[in-house]
Amino acid sequence: MQNDYDVVVIGGGPAGLAAAIRARELGLRVLLLENRETLGGIPLQCIHPGFGLHYFKEDLTGTEFIYRFIYKFLDMEIEHYTGAHVVSIEPFSDLEKRLRVVTSKGVLDITTTTVIYTTGARERHLFEIGITGHRPAGVYTAGEAQTMMDIDGIMPGKEIVIVGSGDVGLIMARRFALEGAHVKAVIEIMSYPGGLTRNVVQCLQDFGIPLYLSHAVTRIEGTTKVEKVILTKVDENLRPVPGTEKEIECDTVVIAAGLVPYLKVLERAGVIIDPATKGPVVNEHLETSIPGIFVAGNALVINDLVDYVVEQGELAAESAYLYIQNKGIPTKKWRKLVKGRNIRLIVPHYLSGDNDVIIYARVQKPEENVKLHFPEINKEIKLPFVKPAEMIRIKLRKEDITKAKDKITMEVVLNE
Amino acid sequence: MERKKVVVIGAGVVGASIVRVLSQYNELDVYLLEKNVDAGMGVSKANTAIIHPGHEDDPKKCPLRAKLCVRGNRLWHQWVKELGIPAKFPGELMIAIEEDDLKVAEHYLELAQKNGVPGVRLVDNEELRKLEPNVNPNVAGALWAPTAGVMDSPMAAPALVENAVANGVRFFPETEVQGIKIENGEVKGVKTNKGFIEADIIINAAGLYSDKISKMAGIDYFTVHPRKGEYYVFDDDATPKVTRILHQTPTPVTKGVYVITEMHDGLMIGPTAEDLPEDAKEDTSTTKEGLDFVWEWAQKLVKELPPKNKVIRTFAGLRPEPPDGRWIIEAYDDPWGFINAAGIRSPGFTSAPAIAYYIVEELIQKKLDIKLTKKSHWNPYRRAYWFKDLPPEKQNELIKQDPAYGNVVCMCREITEGEIVNVITRMKSMGVKIITLDGIKMRTGAMAGTCQGSYCRIRIARIIARETGIPLWEVSFRGKGTEYGIGDVKVLLRGNGGDKNAE
Ligand SMILES: Cc1cc2nc3c(=O)[nH]c(=O)nc-3n(C[C@H](O)[C@H](O)[C@H](O)COP(=O)(O)OP(=O)(O)OC[C@H]3O[C@@H](n4cnc5c(N)ncnc54)[C@H](O)[C@@H]3O)c2cc1C
Ligand SMILES: Cc1cc2nc3c(=O)[nH]c(=O)nc-3n(C[C@H](O)[C@H](O)[C@H](O)COP(=O)(O)OP(=O)(O)OC[C@H]3O[C@@H](n4cnc5c(N)ncnc54)[C@H](O)[C@@H]3O)c2cc1C
Repeated sequence: MQNDYDVVVIGGGPAGLAAAIRARELGLRVLLLENRETLGGIPLQCIHPGFGLHYFKEDLTGTEFIYRFIYKFLDMEIEHYTGAHVVSIEPFSDLEKRLRVVTSKGVLDITTTTVIYTTGARERHLFEIGITGHRPAGVYTAGEAQTMMDIDGIMPGKEIVIVGSGDVGLIMARRFALEGAHVKAVIEIMSYPGGLTRNVVQCLQDFGIPLYLSHAVTRIEGTTKVEKVILTKVDENLRPVPGTEKEIECDTVVIAAGLVPYLKVLERAGVIIDPATKGPVVNEHLETSIPGIFVAGNALVINDLVDYVVEQGELAAESAYLYIQNKGIPTKKWRKLVKGRNIRLIVPHYLSGDNDVIIYARVQKPEENVKLHFPEINKEIKLPFVKPAEMIRIKLRKEDITKAKDKITMEVVLNE
Repeated sequence: MERKKVVVIGAGVVGASIVRVLSQYNELDVYLLEKNVDAGMGVSKANTAIIHPGHEDDPKKCPLRAKLCVRGNRLWHQWVKELGIPAKFPGELMIAIEEDDLKVAEHYLELAQKNGVPGVRLVDNEELRKLEPNVNPNVAGALWAPTAGVMDSPMAAPALVENAVANGVRFFPETEVQGIKIENGEVKGVKTNKGFIEADIIINAAGLYSDKISKMAGIDYFTVHPRKGEYYVFDDDATPKVTRILHQTPTPVTKGVYVITEMHDGLMIGPTAEDLPEDAKEDTSTTKEGLDFVWEWAQKLVKELPPKNKVIRTFAGLRPEPPDGRWIIEAYDDPWGFINAAGIRSPGFTSAPAIAYYIVEELIQKKLDIKLTKKSHWNPYRRAYWFKDLPPEKQNELIKQDPAYGNVVCMCREITEGEIVNVITRMKSMGVKIITLDGIKMRTGAMAGTCQGSYCRIRIARIIARETGIPLWEVSFRGKGTEYGIGDVKVLLRGNGGDKNAE
């Protein structure tokens, strides 16, 4: 008996839309499931530019970018549900996955040969970053504040403190300033900003917003509504330095402390998670430890650029096609990609040597005048700088990969 | 038969239990007054939520506590089912870390015998490890109390009030008692921010503020001070978990902390016990010191704790501590008609149903000599269901009736739009005027999972705005001063904005 679908895509953000479109182009029978009432994912609420420079060679806002995909997807009449929630994925066999989905049309039991999981990420919140004190009204995550302002058109508050200086925090600082709020500080625990230099200039300096580096918010005060935050300096080991406490009065705290892949359903199905990416362990086809389940976008690894997200979505669709053609990803000799000096995370985790592979990685700390070094295959790539905020994306050629026996290390070394 | 008007002050678990029991009688008109926008937003919302067996109270020192805790435990077995409050009864292990601690455990075994707690006995290390595979294997043994339970405590007071209202009780939220009128040694009524309300009997169940209310009636021999308890809660997928309720034998220095798996399947550890000054009745802030203490002591009880990055919440609650820990549950000759249920510290949650019966049977009927007869048509049930726990056929039936049940709004806890709308309807019909995010959280557990509402809070706020016809930004966490936003997104640029909140 045939499965209901060749591929079910879970999540209708950029990764999911790109995957579904590509899968349909390849002639697969596709179903896409999106939990929200609308397709589009995070870019829908991003009214700032910075999207699509690589993919479309144009600087688009998030909304403009994603609508190109949404229109294409709708034009292709790909079957989909919005307001659909995948309750469980049962990997019945390598050739059959059983999904239970709650939708407003009823509870659906669906079978499919492959799954592409593109549910994006969730935001780290107040309680995950060790902030103590009261739990008053006026504390939001950045994405929630962004949704309030740019989807629903309401203003969270007027005296703002932002925790975290990644691009999301920087962009939200500017966003608040543009609506007339007083952004009193952006606070960053590391000794360097978490976002792009361009964003530090355009979002903070141009608006006179102070950035506190090597500072951590330790406490929130205010029994009903936020009244102030307490921050302290931190030392090199990120420990608070006693006696350096400072208060900033505000009515709103915006937590922009990073994203974590949101994988509840997938974890329950039993995929293996990489503690560094907090996403699944995958091979070069973005296949997880459960055969036939693929993952892309922020559910795989937190991306700074939507262009990479789309690239991963398309790759996952091509992999699903390969899987269906061959009734499984053909068995290979897998070489493990290993983290070396100053590499915090790296995907994919396994390479076959049959294909050129795009590697995504992040470093632990910023360094200048460096090279990426792959000792087992004698390869070097020079880089002017590396920093944790900017994902490294490089291509490894199959000729290089096959030089290694069973592992390939990637490390950052200083240029002599 | 002459009717009596009873005013109960405070809709915590104590006041709510009292009105539920009072609603069983023909002769009473019952008014429940609460200063917050909803029931159960005080002490009763932040605690360990254990239904204690009743072997920790010395009947010589605290006779009432000892008696009412055991009876309360028995009553909750029935009440949670009648009211649809999620609960479980996995039993409790009081762990003797060192050999010497076994002597302490023996002392509590004696108390269990005196208090009539069923099933309590000592278990050795081997049996202990079978009862709780994740216990720290190096401990000496434990006292096993199989009747202990855990419930979804934030849901309790709202559920009790809802059921009481269905049986004729009138609930007045946003009504703060500011004075008590007494004439000729008898209570006449209460002065509130909403006006004067007459009463023949006034029952004080004001938790942390029960000393203030008592003083209004001229009974001022006690004060209630807050004792803080801080907690960590882990995600529902964090391991290891525990099956039983674990804590250690109390020492003169500390009672240690509890390790439990709460009703949403997350490991929870805590609380501390920090005495605060009498005026710190709103200080539910967490502290680094408190949380560090919790971590240190919880570690002693289990093999290991889940990693810290699996913590999804920290919080603190305040116990209303009366002098010497002795509950003040009394009716007075002067002023006649005034009844205290004051300073109800732990195990107040467990005992609340028994406190309610004690007040009706011993104080109202015996001491005040008021004759009461039971209603023939009293309805003990509050129908509640959780979409995710229903079989697919039932889920489909619900979705067919109302497609909103097919829209999962809180993904972490799988709560549907249909359930949220249903809860809003229930809140309205029990008398809640301001539908709040916290009200929905207490009743459904939405916004309290892995993402702590960062994904679904706005979706729930939209539903509240739609169902109550207010602008989205005016939806609040817990009423005035806690609004979700300050106005539309251009409010500050127009120059007149943002001041609504500052009033
Ligand atoms: C404030 C901010 C600014 C940004 N700025 C830029 C920028 O300038 N340039 C740039 O290139 N990138 C930017 N990004 C990054 C970019 O938005 C993300 O990398 C991208 O959206 C990730 O796409 P995704 O498809 O993996 O996830 P998402 O966009 O998060 O989409 C995931 C989708 O899956 C759905 N979903 C989740 N769980 C389920 C489930 N169980 N069942 C069904 N559906 C589910 C969600 O509702 C969502 O629609 C920014 C991000 C933020 C937050
Ligand atoms: C950290 C901690 C852990 C605990 N653990 C447990 C446990 O595991 N098991 C157990 O059995 N017990 C436990 N307890 C004890 C239990 O929580 C309390 O005994 C119980 O909740 C007290 O209920 P209450 O109704 O008296 O108080 P509350 O819930 O505070 O209710 C009092 C109500 O009165 C209202 N009020 C106050 N003043 C006025 C006024 N002037 N006018 C109108 N309304 C007013 C308040 O707003 C409030 O809603 C614990 C307590 C704490 C703090």
